[in-house]
Amino acid sequence: MRRSREPIIWALFGGGGMASALLLPALILILFIAVPLGWVQSAPFEDLQALVRHPLIRLGLFVFISLCWFHWAHRFRYTLYDGLQLSHLNELIAVTTYGIASVGTVVGAYLLWGVG
Amino acid sequence: MPETVTLEVFRYRPEEESEPTFDSFEVPYHAEWMILDALNYIKDDLDGSLSYRWACRMGVCGSCGMLANGRPVLTCTTYLESLLPGPIRIEPLEGFPVIRDLVGDIGDFMGKLAAVKPWLIRDEEKPVEEGEYLQTPSQLDDYKQYSMCINCMLCYSACPIYRLEPDFIGPAAIALAQRYNLDSRDQGAEERMDILSQHDGIWGCTLVGECTEVCPKGVDPAGAIQRYKVSATVDYFKSLLMPRRSL
Amino acid sequence: MNPQYRAYHPRWYRKSVPIFWWLRKRSYAAFIARELTSVFVAYSAIMLVVLVLAMDRGEAAYVGMMDWLATPIVVAAHILVLLVVLFHTITWLNLAPMAIVVKLGDRKLPASAVLMGHYGAWAVCTAIVAWLLIWR
Repeated sequence: MRRSREPIIWALFGGGGMASALLLPALILILFIAVPLGWVQSAPFEDLQALVRHPLIRLGLFVFISLCWFHWAHRFRYTLYDGLQLSHLNELIAVTTYGIASVGTVVGAYLLWGVG
Repeated sequence: MPETVTLEVFRYRPEEESEPTFDSFEVPYHAEWMILDALNYIKDDLDGSLSYRWACRMGVCGSCGMLANGRPVLTCTTYLESLLPGPIRIEPLEGFPVIRDLVGDIGDFMGKLAAVKPWLIRDEEKPVEEGEYLQTPSQLDDYKQYSMCINCMLCYSACPIYRLEPDFIGPAAIALAQRYNLDSRDQGAEERMDILSQHDGIWGCTLVGECTEVCPKGVDPAGAIQRYKVSATVDYFKSLLMPRRSL
Repeated sequence: MNPQYRAYHPRWYRKSVPIFWWLRKRSYAAFIARELTSVFVAYSAIMLVVLVLAMDRGEAAYVGMMDWLATPIVVAAHILVLLVVLFHTITWLNLAPMAIVVKLGDRKLPASAVLMGHYGAWAVCTAIVAWLLIWR
């Protein structure tokens, strides 16, 4: 019997879950709350801009964003199956969620490629 | 301490009704009584038509699983005292079609259990003259926890996925597959992976974790399933990189 | 006698699963809440890209975005996002020992060691992010 290709998306889900678990709290706290409210002084703007323009950072960000998207796609898909009992819409939901994640990945790649 | 306690027992008598009902029984309260003692009292003294399963009455056979106030338990190891004050609601395990009263049809579980081949699989059997398979305490420790399963199916009752996905193999069967996969004497991991790696075989599991919560033997089926997902994923990528199947 | 009853072919009772099965038990509701944190993870990913693009465009765009982020409603929203993402992090890390069992030779690493390893990794990542963004 043919083995399901689920391991690929599960690996993406797991990677995305781990990466987002380790990095998002700090990123959100600092970038979206603390710095805007002035609780902390961020590094000088030129340093921040140089940071986001650095190719390794852009690559890392692209991988991180993409993993977060696929983490959402996989988890949301199963939440729809189990939470709303929509598994009869299996193909539609799978294509939509992973499709969105793929589009998000491509768009993210394009945008981050254009930085700097 | 009260003199009596009320049990509201799920009844399904297909020869009389199409829909289930609840019957109320007042049973004497004793501090040392389990739910099973109360059920036996009902059957002996109040209503002999009550149908339910039980056997060892000491928590090792896995026959007497039922819902007590909505929670899957073994009735032979659950004190009435822990469910005071009444009324105590007794229902059959969820996820299994009810044949009668508190008796469910467990055929689906039995089929899935057999499908994961819960026995030692060897490429070649060692001849008897060569003696027994030796195992260190550390090797025993690898799988011992998963061997504690008594097939009571409380985990199936607790698992929402089992109710929602007909192809999901379920916690106990996967834990038992792991019991053999992790056994140093076993060589059948690859064979089992064909069954388990089907789309809903294990991948339907979303780690709700209730199975581990209700297991009376500390088997931790949720852990077994997550570990299996990791090893199945690693194996999948290995087989992509190396054309020969490897485990 | 139930007219629908057929001797030797009795109808078994199959309970249907209600749509809101997950509202009936606290642990199920907590599970669904945990799963829905993924929506906030996806949102955070989008916002990060938006912020990076603003930084790239120049200081004016960056300051403009910071000002927008500082408005009360947006602050409140992002505090919610932070709480939800923290819930994701803590539940995720707490489940790590379930999936990862490490054996060193003959000894199994205790689950607490795996757990502490993960929390340690979280602390290190947080420190690196803080170092990159704040103190340089």
